[in-house]
Amino acid sequence: MKLEDLRHGTVLLKRGFASMQKGGVIMDVVNAEQAKIAEEAGAVAVMALERVPADIRKAGGVARMADPNKVIEIMETVSIPVMAKTRIGHFVEAQVLESLGVDMIDESEVLTPADEEYHIDKKKFTVPFVCGARNLGEALRRIDEGAAMIRTKGEAGTGNVVEAVRHMRAITSEIRRLQGMDETEMVQRAREIEAPAPLVIETAALGRLPVVNFSAGGIATPSDAAMMMQMGCDGVFVGSGIFKSGSPELMAKAIVEAVNHYDEPAVIAEVSKGLGEAMRGLDIHLLAPEEVLQTRGR
Amino acid sequence: MAGKPSLFRIGILALQGNVTEHIDAFTHACRIQDIPHEILPLRKKEEITGLTAIAIPGGESTTIARLIDKNGMRDAMVHFSGSYFATCAGLVLLASEIIGEERYTPLGILDISVSRNAFGRQKDSFESDINVQGLDTPFHAVFIRAPVVIRTGSHIQVLAAIDSMAVALQAGKHMAFAFHPELSGDLRLHSLFLSTLS
Repeated sequence: MKLEDLRHGTVLLKRGFASMQKGGVIMDVVNAEQAKIAEEAGAVAVMALERVPADIRKAGGVARMADPNKVIEIMETVSIPVMAKTRIGHFVEAQVLESLGVDMIDESEVLTPADEEYHIDKKKFTVPFVCGARNLGEALRRIDEGAAMIRTKGEAGTGNVVEAVRHMRAITSEIRRLQGMDETEMVQRAREIEAPAPLVIETAALGRLPVVNFSAGGIATPSDAAMMMQMGCDGVFVGSGIFKSGSPELMAKAIVEAVNHYDEPAVIAEVSKGLGEAMRGLDIHLLAPEEVLQTRGR
Repeated sequence: MAGKPSLFRIGILALQGNVTEHIDAFTHACRIQDIPHEILPLRKKEEITGLTAIAIPGGESTTIARLIDKNGMRDAMVHFSGSYFATCAGLVLLASEIIGEERYTPLGILDISVSRNAFGRQKDSFESDINVQGLDTPFHAVFIRAPVVIRTGSHIQVLAAIDSMAVALQAGKHMAFAFHPELSGDLRLHSLFLSTLS
C-alpha cells in the first residue's frame, strides 16, 4: 500500500470518530489522576481542562486553552480519546491543540470567546471538532463550518440541567416542524434560522442532525443523564458534575450505567443509591447576564 | 440450495458505539439479497438465545468490555454458538490478548493478539483502498483509531493486511475487521459474511 493513497482528516473520518462515541459519557478532567478515574469508570473519552466549568465561573477573568503540559500528561495517562477546549474563534489555540495530537477539539463557550463574529473554520483542520448549540440554527451553522459533532450548550458549571433540556427540546421540536414542510417552506425556514438550506433539507429528511448530537451543560446526576438520553441525544458530556460531587468514582460509574440503561428506571434507581452529595448547583434565574455562558457564539 | 432461506436473526451489541450504522448496514445487506432477517439491538444476555450472529460495533473497547461484564453477558457471549462479525473495538474484544492491557481480559473467541490504536491518534485515522481476499476489486476501508492484529494463531485466515499486519480476518464462521465496513457504503463484506451463515 502506498502512503499517498491514505487520506486523513476527511469528513467521513471526522464524523465517524464522533459516531464511535455514541452511547457514551465524556468526562471533564483536570489532571492525570481524574483521567484515570474517568477511564476506569467507563468514560468513552475525557475532556482535558485547566479547571472544570464550576471553577471557571468562580475564578472569573479570561478563561483560555489549557496548559499543553496538562493536555500531554492526560494523553499519556489514558488510552481512550482525549479532547480539549479552545476559545470560540481562537484558531491558533486550535492549531496548538491539533499539534499536540488531541483526538477532538471542543470550540467552547465555557472559555472566553476570542472572536465575537466568527467561529473557527473547522474544515481546515485534520482533527474533528465538537461545538455547542442552543437551537437548530446554531447547530447547522456549526456543522456548515465543519463541526463533526454537536452538543447542547446547556449552562455549564451550574449542575442545573434545565438549559440542556431547553436546548435539546428546541433542536428536536424544530426538526419535527421541518418534517411537516415542503421544500419551499424549508428554504424559507432556513433563511429565518440563518442556516444553509441544503443542511436544513438534509436534517428534515434524516429526522435528526446529520452529525452525532450529545447533551452537555448542567448534567449532575444519573437521572439527569438518562433523561437527556430519553430525549433523544446520542450521549452526554459531564463537566463539573463528577469531580464536584461527594464521591467522584461512584458518580462516574453511576452515570455511565445510567446512560447504558437510560430506559430502565429500576437500574437508574439502583445506581443512584448512596452516591453522596451531587454538586451543589445554581439557579439559572439568579445568574447575572454576564455570568450566562450559553449566549456566547451564536 | 433448495427451499426458502431460513430467517437470520442478527444481534447488534448495543452497549456503546456506532450501533445504528451496523443495524442499517445489515438490514440493507439482507434486503438486497432477499434474506429474511431480524436485526436486533442486543443489550441483555437473555437476548442472545436464538441469534444466528452477533455483530460487535466500533466504539471504545474499554467501555464496552466494562459494560459486558457489568451486564453479566460475558459467559453467554463466550459460549455463543453462532457467528461473530466484529469491527474495530469489536475485533479487540474478540481477541485472546490485547497488548499492554491489564485492566480487563477480552473474550478470547479468536486466537489473536491485537495492538490498540496501532496507527496512532485520531489525526492518524485514514481512508484507503485495500485488497481483501474474496473480493475481486479493492475495498474502500475506513480506519478510525484502528487496532491491528500482530499475531494470528492457527485456524485464522488473514483476508487483508497492511505492512504485514492483519486488518481483516476470518476464523471459521467468524469475521473481524480493524476498519469499518459499515461506514463506506460498500456492503460486500456484509454480504460475504451473510453467505457463510446457514
